[in-house]
Amino acid sequence: MIEARSLTKTFRDRRKGAIVGVDAVSFRVAPGSIYGLLGANGAGKTTTLRLLATLLKPTSGTAIVAGFDVTRDPDRVRANVGFLATSTALYARLTAREMIAYFGRLNGLGEATLRERIRSLADELEMHEFLDRRIDKLSTGMKQKTSIARTIVHDPQVMIFDEPTVGLDVMTARAIVRFVLECRGRGKTVIYSTHVMSEAQKLCDVIGVIHGGVLRAEGTLAELRARTGETDLEECFVRIVAPGEGR
Amino acid sequence: MSWRTIRTIYAKEFTDSVRDRRALVSMIVLPTVIMPLLIFGFAKTASVIISKAREEIPRVMVVGGADSPGIRAELVGSGRFKVESATPDWRILVSDKKVRAAVEIPAGFEKALDLGSAPAITLYDYQGELKSGLAADQLSDFFTKLRNRATARLLAARGLPASIARPFDVVRANVAPPEKVGGNVLGGIIPYFIIFLCLMGAMYPAMDLTAGEKERGTMETLLCCPASRTDIVLGKFLMVLTGSLSAVMFSIVSLGLTVFGLGSAMMPGPGGPLAHGAAMPTIDLLGILGLLAMVAPVAVLFSAILFTLSLYAKSSKEAQTYVTPLAFAVVFPCIVGMLPGIELNYHLALVPIVNISLVCKEMLSGVWHWGYIAVIFGSMALYAAAALGLAVRMFRREDVIFRT
Repeated sequence: MIEARSLTKTFRDRRKGAIVGVDAVSFRVAPGSIYGLLGANGAGKTTTLRLLATLLKPTSGTAIVAGFDVTRDPDRVRANVGFLATSTALYARLTAREMIAYFGRLNGLGEATLRERIRSLADELEMHEFLDRRIDKLSTGMKQKTSIARTIVHDPQVMIFDEPTVGLDVMTARAIVRFVLECRGRGKTVIYSTHVMSEAQKLCDVIGVIHGGVLRAEGTLAELRARTGETDLEECFVRIVAPGEGR
Repeated sequence: MSWRTIRTIYAKEFTDSVRDRRALVSMIVLPTVIMPLLIFGFAKTASVIISKAREEIPRVMVVGGADSPGIRAELVGSGRFKVESATPDWRILVSDKKVRAAVEIPAGFEKALDLGSAPAITLYDYQGELKSGLAADQLSDFFTKLRNRATARLLAARGLPASIARPFDVVRANVAPPEKVGGNVLGGIIPYFIIFLCLMGAMYPAMDLTAGEKERGTMETLLCCPASRTDIVLGKFLMVLTGSLSAVMFSIVSLGLTVFGLGSAMMPGPGGPLAHGAAMPTIDLLGILGLLAMVAPVAVLFSAILFTLSLYAKSSKEAQTYVTPLAFAVVFPCIVGMLPGIELNYHLALVPIVNISLVCKEMLSGVWHWGYIAVIFGSMALYAAAALGLAVRMFRREDVIFRT
């Protein structure tokens, strides 16, 4: 479960002064559902997700993630979150096994549990063939599988995906989308940021449209269509973020 | 703070670093090679150059002296010089190193010498040039001997003994054991290199583990885990410290082997006499251990400062521009410590790097001032702790960690 309560983040800039990255954003994501955060570049998606993952501290407001407050219990929030983004890279000089084990240990898994967990992840993601190969020698698809395994090694209740398919080829992107759906199937709370309309349409149970750090609209695809009078999600999005813009 | 987490992070960083060629070069290869290269290589090269210069028969010019044929004949007959009459451009020839030195024999010198009141002989050389200096030394030696012979002859003609001109000699004796003299010489140079290597060893890991991780996108991956920021800093910092200390350890081992090798090659045993009568420099083992103990807080200080500076950078390239000036900043106090006449006192004991440089110099030559050692170790530990605290604080700052 994720519950953002007036989540606000202001950055200080020497030249520009205070910049509001996220402005009083509130939403709820129920377990077993995917919440899509849809927005253009610079809309505040990454900042929102970084606040939920406790990588950043909110200036005001808070969020409850997996039952823990992001401002009071950041370590426990992180212990219950899996964060996957294009910016979360892998250590090139480690093997896939070492990478997964490293994050397993950092998440407090014991050695026996970790061995068993790596075996089961390798079975599930078909990683046995390259598990002991160095990451810099792996293909993009293999790296993506390693990233997924790294993200879920501690079996988190909440999954945060920040534009995870950006820059990936079609097959690798499809594998990611499949994995996100599997997370929902396992009852995890999923939040997924994207600016790709088709992905949002395909994956998300609820879509939140964020623009200029403000959550402009929220609802199921049907609700957004009804609200804007558009059928195409892209048109719905444009109507929400730039109401005056003609078609 | 969780030691298990710190250990996990350190173990990962260690594995990562030993698989990185650039890290191995900065932590092991460079420190191992640099000491033998500087000490053995420099000593050998200098010895070869000086021997060659000594073997060379210098070309010298005689300015004037046409009425002193006997002196000129003696110069030629000594076989120590290629004697030529001066040409009008003799000064230029000395400056151009075509002629090593020149001697000006005043008019009527030989005749005046027989009477015991000859005017001064002037020697011309190119100061600072080895071969020119050696030629001038040889000319000086020739004319000193000539003067001594003339003195003896003049005294004998008056029925007086030669010793009347030199009724007593002044002898200077050294109370320091020969190996300590050598240790003092090396003691000035070794702390300089050790301190510098301490910095160099930490430089690459510090940049790679901070700015490098930001650049590669692995920093964000790491920040997603439940490890506290303090644990992450300490785990990473320990690896930077390992880089610094391993550079010191490898250079010390390499130094030991070099001195031992140099000793075996040049003399029967450590501290024994060399061919030309000087002492082979040896270093007190306790001094080395003391140096290692004193270098530990320096390594912590450097590692923490480098870590903080690199952490602020967006990329390894930017980190390099921040840490390179530090190398220059360290060289200066190291050189101050090497300057003759600068002695340790309680004020200097509080000046970082200068204090270590001075105290290590003393320890390596077997002098132990426990009061200074305590003040230096304490103050350096304090500076190091403050620098480490700053590193932790910087790591908690979002504008530093997410500065891209």
